[in-house]
Amino acid sequence: MSRMIESTQGSDAAAVERTLAGDPDAYRVLVERHSRNLFRLAYRMTGNEQDAEEIVQDAFLRAYRKLGQFESRANFGTWVYRIAVNCALDRRRKRSAEERHRASPADDDADAPRAIEQRASASPAPDRLALSAELGKQIISALDALSPAERAAFVMRHWEGCAIEEIAQALHLRNNATKNTVFRAVQKLRRALEPLLAKEPVTPGTRRAMPAAQGTES
Amino acid sequence: MTHPSEEQLVGYKLGEAHDRSAIEEHLGECSECRASFARLERVLVAMDSMPVPERGEDYGRRVWQQIAPRLPQRSPWWSFGMHPRRWGVVAAAAALVIAAFFLGRRHPVRLPTNDQSVQQVRERILLVAVGDHLDRSEMMLVELTNAEPGPADKKLVNISTEQKRAEDLLDENRLYRETALQQGDSALASVLDELERVLLDIAHSPEELTPAQLEKIRQRMEAHGILFKVRVVGSEVRQRERSATPVPAQDNSTNQKGKHT
Repeated sequence: MSRMIESTQGSDAAAVERTLAGDPDAYRVLVERHSRNLFRLAYRMTGNEQDAEEIVQDAFLRAYRKLGQFESRANFGTWVYRIAVNCALDRRRKRSAEERHRASPADDDADAPRAIEQRASASPAPDRLALSAELGKQIISALDALSPAERAAFVMRHWEGCAIEEIAQALHLRNNATKNTVFRAVQKLRRALEPLLAKEPVTPGTRRAMPAAQGTES
Repeated sequence: MTHPSEEQLVGYKLGEAHDRSAIEEHLGECSECRASFARLERVLVAMDSMPVPERGEDYGRRVWQQIAPRLPQRSPWWSFGMHPRRWGVVAAAAALVIAAFFLGRRHPVRLPTNDQSVQQVRERILLVAVGDHLDRSEMMLVELTNAEPGPADKKLVNISTEQKRAEDLLDENRLYRETALQQGDSALASVLDELERVLLDIAHSPEELTPAQLEKIRQRMEAHGILFKVRVVGSEVRQRERSATPVPAQDNSTNQKGKHT
């Protein structure tokens, strides 16, 4: 998964062992180490700060309860990311179900109500001011228009650098279906943003302009 | 090649295209496709400018403060590195030992007199426990395979019961897999390893699945043939268990071969 996670794998394994052996501070180390990355993942999955914070907490609580099942040969960062992805998907499904109770449309799970994520733009971050207001709005709304699986697949692939196999495992899909899900997400984002980008210069990001086609993330 | 489709260009960008070199060559020659590819990249670069609210250095500490009071209370057994569910395994092993003790009183067997016979007793206890574990795993997998969604077509399938059982089975599975490995039983260890992956998959799934997601899990189970393997190995284990059953003790006073007390 993320390269940041890989660098801490050894010390994570030791912290997991110590937690299982009863060291009260060991799990704190894991929480403090991974919280910020997990928040970024959760925010991109939900587009909502409050939801993202709750997902971070849920993921660590769930991971703690399941720590006895964690394999020492696995990577704790990858494992807790996967749990967080499932927490985020559970939350969206729950919200979708609530929405379906309130409204009548027979919306499929894969096309969850967009209104849920539209709360995303309710609390603008300072960085957003640096963007064209229109482009920022369009990016949020293009992500909101993706299905939960498409959004999760795109976030995991583009920002977290996950392999297709990892995403497939997290989403309970086959590899080919996962690839198609990522493709669909990229195609939908392209349709939504390209007209705007044709008119407006993109604010330079921190990523390379012409990557070597090894992933969407640089 | 002809102009690559949008899907091919996206696949190329993701590093997932099969015909990479052909697309690359085409992009070098075709300005129209090159422009299309550049637009695609521009979209992805624009996505990177999506603002994510920053969390300060102390965010992890705050998360810890919020979750620490909600973490399950630790008991002294934590000091042994023992997960609560593993007590189930310990209890099962203890029950087996007690049962073996009473069985031994009614049908005395030769006491182990050397390392080999001690090893045989250990192996038998392991076989009995593993056989039981495989039976219960098989039952859970069969139930999951037959899980049905509610009457409405789109209703989710709740697999929380199977998940709880998968979690319990996971702890036992690890213990048996490690023991099988230590005893050099690589075939059993290999199937237990595969079973462990399936159990993990189930345990880490959402509690409620769409029928399509459940179908994916079933397909993965079928692809690995795990149910079949569990049945076959379970049957083999039972067979070995019967073969490993100690010969009842003979009456030493008569010292007659095959004459039981």
